[in-house]
Amino acid sequence: MVRSESASPVIETSDLSLTFETGDGPVHALSNISLTINKGEFVSLIGPSGCGKTTLMRVIADLEQPTEGSVSVNGMSPHDARLKRAYGYVFQAPALYPWRTIGKNIALPLEIMGYSKEERAERVCKGLELVNLTGFEKKFPWQLSGGMQQRASIARALSFDPDLLLMDEPFGALDEIVRDKLNEQLLRLWEKTQKTVVFVTHSIPEAVFLSTKIVVMSPRPGKIHDVIECHFPRDRTLDIRETPEFLDVANRVRQGLREGHSYVD
Amino acid sequence: MLNALWQGKTLPVLAVCAVLAVFWYAGSVWLNADMQRDAFANAGKADFTMAELIDGTWSQERPKLPTPGQILVELNKTILDTAPTSKRSLVYHGSVTVSATLLGFLIGSVLGMGLAVLVVHVKSLDRSLMPWVVASQTIPIIALAPMIVVIMNQFDITGLVPKAVIAAYLSFFPVTVGMVKGLRSPDPLQLDLMRTYSADRLQIFLKLRVPASMPFLFASLKVAVAASLVGTVVAELTKSEDGGFGARLLAGSYYGQTIQIWSALFAAAACAWVLVTLVGIADRLVTRAMGARP
Repeated sequence: MVRSESASPVIETSDLSLTFETGDGPVHALSNISLTINKGEFVSLIGPSGCGKTTLMRVIADLEQPTEGSVSVNGMSPHDARLKRAYGYVFQAPALYPWRTIGKNIALPLEIMGYSKEERAERVCKGLELVNLTGFEKKFPWQLSGGMQQRASIARALSFDPDLLLMDEPFGALDEIVRDKLNEQLLRLWEKTQKTVVFVTHSIPEAVFLSTKIVVMSPRPGKIHDVIECHFPRDRTLDIRETPEFLDVANRVRQGLREGHSYVD
Repeated sequence: MLNALWQGKTLPVLAVCAVLAVFWYAGSVWLNADMQRDAFANAGKADFTMAELIDGTWSQERPKLPTPGQILVELNKTILDTAPTSKRSLVYHGSVTVSATLLGFLIGSVLGMGLAVLVVHVKSLDRSLMPWVVASQTIPIIALAPMIVVIMNQFDITGLVPKAVIAAYLSFFPVTVGMVKGLRSPDPLQLDLMRTYSADRLQIFLKLRVPASMPFLFASLKVAVAASLVGTVVAELTKSEDGGFGARLLAGSYYGQTIQIWSALFAAAACAWVLVTLVGIADRLVTRAMGARP
């Protein structure tokens, strides 16, 4: 069961560079990034801290402006794509508003986008079901565990049904056991919804397990070191991590990370 | 029951009260003794016991420092035993002060919040207005109060309003400062989230900044309501014809009625305590509705 790549690009960047001007001189966060992400792909950006993976994601989301090169999202500028609400963004932290219940948090983008009350209720219900949080609608964020909060934030990002999901180390703060579980759930979700996912991580097994394409990045300046295609069956489970094919890909990623990391810290 | 007393605040507060009372009664003896000796001398009473002296210092008509007991008797007389409509009733004076305080608090809070919203959203106002807001509080209110009363009188604005304006002058400041901090309290992540939804400024304001500012607002409102009462009392020192605690303090000091001064002071403190507690209750109701941990 190899995923067929319909070659319609959702995100295209060419020669993208971003330099932050700081008091200590310029910091080259991104340098000559050329990358195409097609519809329905699950692309992981992996690399050590400071390699620009989050910055790249923020450029795609129009939260940072590139200094050079071009980037398009759904054939538009990121700015227009953001105004058209083209993507859902999941941050490192759940960033749920503490004064809103879980249900109201999931409804937040819907309120802003002007959905009717009935539709909001319906979508919140569906969203809670999607991330296995049915029954927690009336709870406040502090009453939920970290993993449940992050699931709620995923439901929030999906509530308005964007075709593109940008996830910035969503499970970085969670323990291994919860993370494994959420990885499997995320994979099911992706399979079910057919969305395009861009996923930032610095966990090799996570990247290999989830992705159809792994983009290995290296720091100073942040650039793409290697792009690895991997096509495991879409109904894979965590057991796949023991297979030689999985370990092969993981090794290649590790190799890439090591080469990119050749400077002395 | 005993355990609850021990764990709760009641016992420590009572203990502090007891210690204060001991020092207070001792202070009364110390401060009033000279006058008592003079009184005994004037009455031709040459030899008196220590007990007589102490008893005398605690029951003077115009002591330098009245005892808590004397103040309580005066409070009882002017609150419970006098008709609330009488000008001798502290209930009457209290209602005058509290109504000006509440109006001033209302004006001050609305003004304070309005200024905060402007300062947060208009960059030039942040730089131009904020220094003036701070400077306004460096002028002693006692110097400003008579002028406000005189100027407003020129425009035929009398009665409650000038006093409320002076109260508002003191109470808008903590509200502005607290609300500015509160409206700016959302972290970058919470703001980025709004940006990913391409929310407009009004939506960010209503759905993020305002709810995030609530804890700051209520902390400020507690300070503001107490400041408002202080402002009103200061205003009543200038504008004493309408009564109020300030007028009571002024009259007391004219006629050397120290017991009257102290009881007005205690009544004013009690009013402030009630007002702050009421704001505290509102705070708790709102934060509970907003999902704060109990």
